[in-house]
Amino acid sequence: MPELMLDGRSLRVAEGTSVAAALALGSDGCSRTSVSGQRRAPLCGMGICQECRVTIDGRRRLACQTLCRDGMQVETRT
Amino acid sequence: MSEYADVLIIGAGPAGMAAALAAAPGGARIVMLDDNPAPGGQIWRDGPQANLPTLARDLRDQLQRCDNIRVHSGARVIACAGPKQLLVEDADRGWLIAYDKLILCTGARELLLPFPGWTLPGVTGAGGLQALIKGGLPVQGERVVIAGSGPLLLASAATAKHKGARVLRTAEQASTAAVAGFAAQLPRWPNKLLQSFTLFDRHYRTGTHVLAALGTERLEGVRLQQQGKIVELECDRLACGFGLIPNTQIGQALGCDLDGHALAVDTWQATRRVDHYAAGECTGFGGSELALVEGAIAGYAAVDDRQAAQALFSRRARWQGFANALNQAFALGPQLKSLAQPDTLLCRCEDVPYAALAGHADWREAKLASRCGMGACQGRVCGGALQHLFGWQPSVPRPPFSPARIETLLCLDDNPPV
Repeated sequence: MPELMLDGRSLRVAEGTSVAAALALGSDGCSRTSVSGQRRAPLCGMGICQECRVTIDGRRRLACQTLCRDGMQVETRT
Repeated sequence: MSEYADVLIIGAGPAGMAAALAAAPGGARIVMLDDNPAPGGQIWRDGPQANLPTLARDLRDQLQRCDNIRVHSGARVIACAGPKQLLVEDADRGWLIAYDKLILCTGARELLLPFPGWTLPGVTGAGGLQALIKGGLPVQGERVVIAGSGPLLLASAATAKHKGARVLRTAEQASTAAVAGFAAQLPRWPNKLLQSFTLFDRHYRTGTHVLAALGTERLEGVRLQQQGKIVELECDRLACGFGLIPNTQIGQALGCDLDGHALAVDTWQATRRVDHYAAGECTGFGGSELALVEGAIAGYAAVDDRQAAQALFSRRARWQGFANALNQAFALGPQLKSLAQPDTLLCRCEDVPYAALAGHADWREAKLASRCGMGACQGRVCGGALQHLFGWQPSVPRPPFSPARIETLLCLDDNPPV
């Protein structure tokens, strides 16, 4: 079971869990803040809409298309 | 670094998998590029809460057993780097792939139409919710409303229920007559008839569509127009999808023509650009059975096995009949064009409201005036919505087709784009 850091808090999830699912398992499910300041969460679930983009280990990635890995650092407020 | 493929396949859903397995026996060097974490496309998306059918597992095992098939998962096309050469990127690196034949199996995405409140956390696509649940999204005990159009609503509801959600309503915009007419044709495709019995449930309503998602910080409820009445339901999740639209962007960028909203192909699944084929949902919505047979035809045609391709033509025609019946029954009603209010955001990347877009002559003019479609999704969401609402034809995409890293773009240094 991989253990990741989500906005500084540790979270253990089942093997194969997407980062999008981890956002809901470990927090309020939100992924980013829009240009006008609204909090947003994953929408399309399949790599199209870009709403679920988060920072993973310093790189911008899509939470819905990325699987959780041990030691991963995920930030939703950068 | 760069890579070479005799046959490059973009997309590893049912069409892409069938294409690879058809093209493989002659020993051609096959490379598959897929955006998802594992092959299977959206219909066979894997995950801790997914339940893959035997067919999907078999195809995946067969791919793995072929030494001449290489699958790059989690990889996207960023640009055309030269004649028959693409720039691609995954989580770790960017590289170039040159090819002799290309098969586009880029699938479809959901048509997401804007309505008040659709940007609230808790609102997803219908197929979107299903994909998120497969990936491990917990919905146990949650109240879920599903709305929009097409059989995907039933499939999404079934997945949510299976994982412990209470599906309060499945709202289908098509009329009772249209859905009943479609159901009456199902005996022509017996396995689909069987499937529909397993998916149907008592919370299904025809002639019903979403009016608004309610809530302030996150979704708290939904307002529906239900067979002439306005109904409000409290819920934790609202999943809305209005059918599927073909992913044609990469095909268009490669110079393939469109036929309506989909990539145009001939009987060999060949596009109008020589050596470039297309199969599955990017050539028009038809379901996984049609995608499998189209993919196989494209795979055979790409390695010049015309006889094997031709043997599948009658099977393709049978599933095209199913697709036609489906598309007719679930045609979208005009009421869905007036859901957005002046302050409803149409472009979720740049937060552009309806009022800033209505009145413009076309997509280009609206874009220049408002930044609509210029954000991270490159108009994949709002472009489909605006095409439906105003009839605006999205322009041919320009590279980078997806957000990319500078290091990836630097791979073009020695190969400037043509």
